[in-house]
Amino acid sequence: MDLIWEGLRKALELLLTLDPEVLRITLLSLEVSGLATLISLVIGLGIAIPVALNEFPGKRLVIALLNTGMGLPPVVVGLFVTVLLWRSGPFGFLEILYTPTAMILAQAVIASPIIAGISLSALQHLPPGLRLQILALGASRPQMVWLLLKEARLPLLAAVMAGFGGVISEVGASIMVGGNIKGQTRVLTTATVMETSKGNFEVAFALSILLLVLAFTVNAVLTHLQQRNRPR
Amino acid sequence: MRIPRFLGWTWLLAASLACAGLHAGQPATKAVILATTTSTQDSGLLDELIPRFAKQTGYVVKTIAVGSGQAIAMGKKGEADVLLVHSPDAEKALMAEGSGANRRIVMHNDFILLGPATDPAHLRGKGAAAAFQAIAAGHALFISRGDNSGTHAQEKKLWAAAGLKPEGAWYQQTGLGMGQTLAVASEKRAYTLSDRGTYLALHKKLGLEILSEGDAALLNVYHVIEVNPARHPKVNTPGARAFADFLVSKDVQTLIKEFGIGTFGSPLFFPDAGKPE
Repeated sequence: MDLIWEGLRKALELLLTLDPEVLRITLLSLEVSGLATLISLVIGLGIAIPVALNEFPGKRLVIALLNTGMGLPPVVVGLFVTVLLWRSGPFGFLEILYTPTAMILAQAVIASPIIAGISLSALQHLPPGLRLQILALGASRPQMVWLLLKEARLPLLAAVMAGFGGVISEVGASIMVGGNIKGQTRVLTTATVMETSKGNFEVAFALSILLLVLAFTVNAVLTHLQQRNRPR
Repeated sequence: MRIPRFLGWTWLLAASLACAGLHAGQPATKAVILATTTSTQDSGLLDELIPRFAKQTGYVVKTIAVGSGQAIAMGKKGEADVLLVHSPDAEKALMAEGSGANRRIVMHNDFILLGPATDPAHLRGKGAAAAFQAIAAGHALFISRGDNSGTHAQEKKLWAAAGLKPEGAWYQQTGLGMGQTLAVASEKRAYTLSDRGTYLALHKKLGLEILSEGDAALLNVYHVIEVNPARHPKVNTPGARAFADFLVSKDVQTLIKEFGIGTFGSPLFFPDAGKPE
């Protein structure tokens, strides 16, 4: 119990004194995972929309693959991305291993299938007549897609939250492709692992609380977006 | 309401692209990748040295703290520029194989055999070989790193020197770094082998005592190795050389000698630059 109180006290202390190192770690977490989620949103919708709106052979297989991808283990992604980005690997010339860019890349790979999978089921859940109705009213195809997305915005924002939640909390890929380098690629999860292994449990606990606060804040904003003008 | 919300997303996207651009703008050529052991990071030594090196030379150091085994493997593949490790046999193999260019001694401390104060297998005061035999004979719980690190390599060597092959429920491997392994051993009231630096840095939070120390077989030596550019052309050779020179420089050797005295009451490492092995 002592540890929990001490952790809470330490977290408050770090927050109130605006410890520059902690601030940088927190902002980097937000930036890396936020960007990864945005990229995943583009990729996810890019996959979900054509799959939802078209009939083609092998559609079920694609959906099954997407659903499997939703459970992609971060360490597996981390290992693959690391091997690809090694100096001796096919993308070594980019020299982005152990940079935030590599972390964004790995996290985007993790979040894209999550967002694609949930978006797909959201779009498939819309009443089947809606599309015909919209088209019958003379909408162009992009207009129709836009209206469908708007109609499905509740589950779509849930998809964004699930994607963000998946990457802000993952540690396996971030530590492998980022390297937990102080001042460069250290984020809240990897710092927590390191402080735990250093035996600084209060600091680790404080970082965990910061992570929870950050996740809550982002989700609160998204929930606000989701719930306003909710169809009643 | 519709248009502003759409614009909101656009702004977010623009801002994020700007951030991405910022990162892409970082100079990549000046970075030095240092692969090292967990003990240099967990003890806090690197946090002291790296900022000073950056200030002196302008190089950005990317420290990848893993076990010595993995660090040496990274050197072998040319994925790191310079190594700071403590696994002499594996280091010599790396030099023989041709991936290491220049191996210099940096510092030493020693390994210590730790256990609960109750000391159920009566290790206290025994030499390394006798202590390991007592653990095996009593089937006392022993926590091994099991991660091919320098400490793990040393531990395997000590078991072999004692004429033993540790097996059974009493011999458990964590596969974790030194700090976490110490925490596990402390929780389980088990015996374990540690470098002195990490133990001193953490001992206030552990229920472990030093039971066997001082044996010549327990010496723990750290070397710096530059990765051979002839074998791995993508290596940052000037950066690696600068970092290795920095470690063995007079100032840094003094810093190593004094590191930890203020915080832990005794030095964690002893400088050795220029000495024979």
